[in-house]
Amino acid sequence: METLFFLIITLVALISAILVITCKNPINSALALIMTFFCLATYYVMLDAPFMAAVQVMVYAGAIMVLMVFTIMLLNIRVDATKKHSHKLIFASIIGFFTVINLIVMLVKSRAALPTGPYSGEMIKMIGHTELVGREIFTSFLLPFEITSILLLVAIIGAVILAKKKI
Amino acid sequence: MGIEILGLPLMYYIAMVAKVLVAFVFVLLTVAYATYAERKIIGHMQVRLGPMRTGWHGLLQPIADGVKLFFKEEIIPSQASTFAFLVAPLIALIPAFITFAVIPFGGVIEVAGYKIPLQIAAYYDTTAGQVFDVNVGVLYILAMSSLGVYGIVLAGWASNSKYSLMGGLRASAQMISYELAAGLSIIAVFMLSGTLSLTKIVELQSGFGGFEWYLFKQPLAAFMFFVCSLAEINRTPFDLPEAETELVSGFCTEYSSMKYAMFFMAEYANMVTVCALTVTLFLGGWNGPLTAAIPLLGPVYFIAKVYFLMFVCMWIRATLPRYRYDQLMHLGWKVFIPVALVNIIVTGIIGYFI
Repeated sequence: METLFFLIITLVALISAILVITCKNPINSALALIMTFFCLATYYVMLDAPFMAAVQVMVYAGAIMVLMVFTIMLLNIRVDATKKHSHKLIFASIIGFFTVINLIVMLVKSRAALPTGPYSGEMIKMIGHTELVGREIFTSFLLPFEITSILLLVAIIGAVILAKKKI
Repeated sequence: MGIEILGLPLMYYIAMVAKVLVAFVFVLLTVAYATYAERKIIGHMQVRLGPMRTGWHGLLQPIADGVKLFFKEEIIPSQASTFAFLVAPLIALIPAFITFAVIPFGGVIEVAGYKIPLQIAAYYDTTAGQVFDVNVGVLYILAMSSLGVYGIVLAGWASNSKYSLMGGLRASAQMISYELAAGLSIIAVFMLSGTLSLTKIVELQSGFGGFEWYLFKQPLAAFMFFVCSLAEINRTPFDLPEAETELVSGFCTEYSSMKYAMFFMAEYANMVTVCALTVTLFLGGWNGPLTAAIPLLGPVYFIAKVYFLMFVCMWIRATLPRYRYDQLMHLGWKVFIPVALVNIIVTGIIGYFI
C-alpha cells in the first residue's frame, strides 16, 4: 500500500520537477515548483514527521512561493519576450553527471541498517511529533534556536531599512 | 475481523470511503443551500421575500442556478494565460474542501463491532484503545488555507485584465495579512490544550455542560479568530477583492460558466470550513448533552453549531457596510496582531502561575 502510494507521489514529484525547468511561462514553472514542494511534504508524512510536512507546506508552498509568484507577476515577464538562454548547459550537465554518480555510490555503498535512534515510529505516534520537536528545540537546541531568531530579526530590520528611505 | 486487504480489515476501507462520501456530500449540499439561505435571510432582514418562484418558497433555486451556470457560454479571454486561467478555479476550490478531512464531526460510533471515529483522517486503534487522528490537525488546516490564495492570485493575473489584477492583488494582500493574525490568535488555545490534534481539543472541552468551552476561557481569541477568518475568506465586511462598486467583480471578472461557479462554491465551502473550525476550537465541537449515550447526536450538535455560525456570517453581511482598504490593513496589522501577541503573553503568565 505504502510502496504504491510512494511510487505515485514520486511520479508526480518527478514530472513536476521536470516541468519547473522546462516550462516557458515562469508562472507555470512556479506552479510546478509548488506541486513539487507538496510532494516533498507527502514524503515527510510517510516518514512519520507530520509537523515537518505541515511546516513545509505552510512555509515553502504557502509563504515563500507566494512572494515568488508576486515578483513574477509584478515584473510581468512576457512569454514571447524571454530570450532562449543557454543557462550554461555544459557546466550544468557536468555538475549533474557528478551528482548522479555521487548518489549512485551513496545508494550502493551505504548500509541500510543504520543504528536506530531513541525516537521510533511508535514513540512518535504515541507522544506526537510536534511535542517531540518542541521539546528538543527548547532544551537541547535552545541556543541555535535563539541565534536563528536573532538572525531573522536582523534580516527583518535590514529589509525595512532598505525598503524605507525615511524612517 | 474476517477479510483483510493489505494488512487492514475490510471494514476500515468501507468506513473510510463512507466517511469521505458523507462529509463531501454534506459540504456540497450545505454550500448549495447556503447560497439560498443567504439570499432568503438577507431578503427577510431587508423586508423583502428573497427567491420565491422556483419551487415552494424558492427551495429549488440553487438547482436552477447550477443548471443555468452549467449551460452558460465558457469564455477564455484571448490574451489570457490559458493554463493558469484554467487551473485557478480548481486551486481555489480544492483546499476549501480538503480542509474538512481533519475536522471531527462526531464521537466514536460502533458498526458491526468495528469502532469508527467520525472524523475522516482518523482511525480507532484497538490495541491502544484510543483514537489516532492527524497529529497536526490545526497546522494542516492553516497550511491548506494558505494554499487557497494561489487560486485568487492566479485568477487575477491570468485573466489579463486590470480589474482582475487589482482584485487579485488586494485579495492576496488581505489573505496573507489576516492569516498571520488568525494563526497568532489560536496559539493561545494551544497553550491551554497542549496539543494540536483536533480530536483531543474537542475532548478537552467536553466537561461541565459547555462551560469548559474555550470560548469562555479565551473570548478574545475566539472573537479575533472568527473576524480574521472572515477577512481571510473575503466575506463581508471584508469583501474588498470583489468590491463591485470599484472593481466590477474583482478577480473573477473574466470568468464565466462553471469556472465562475467554482469560485462561488469555494467561497461558501471556505465559509463552512471556517465555521466548522471555530466550532471545533471554541464551541466544544460535537459535544452536547447525551452524546455519551447516543453517539449519533454528536454530528447533530456539530451541524447545529456550524449552521448557527453561518447564520451569524449572513447576519453580519446584511448589517455591516464594507471596510475601506486602509482601514482593513490598519485593523489587521496594527490592532489584531498586537492584541493577539498580548493575549499569548497574558495566557502564558496566567498559565505559569495557575
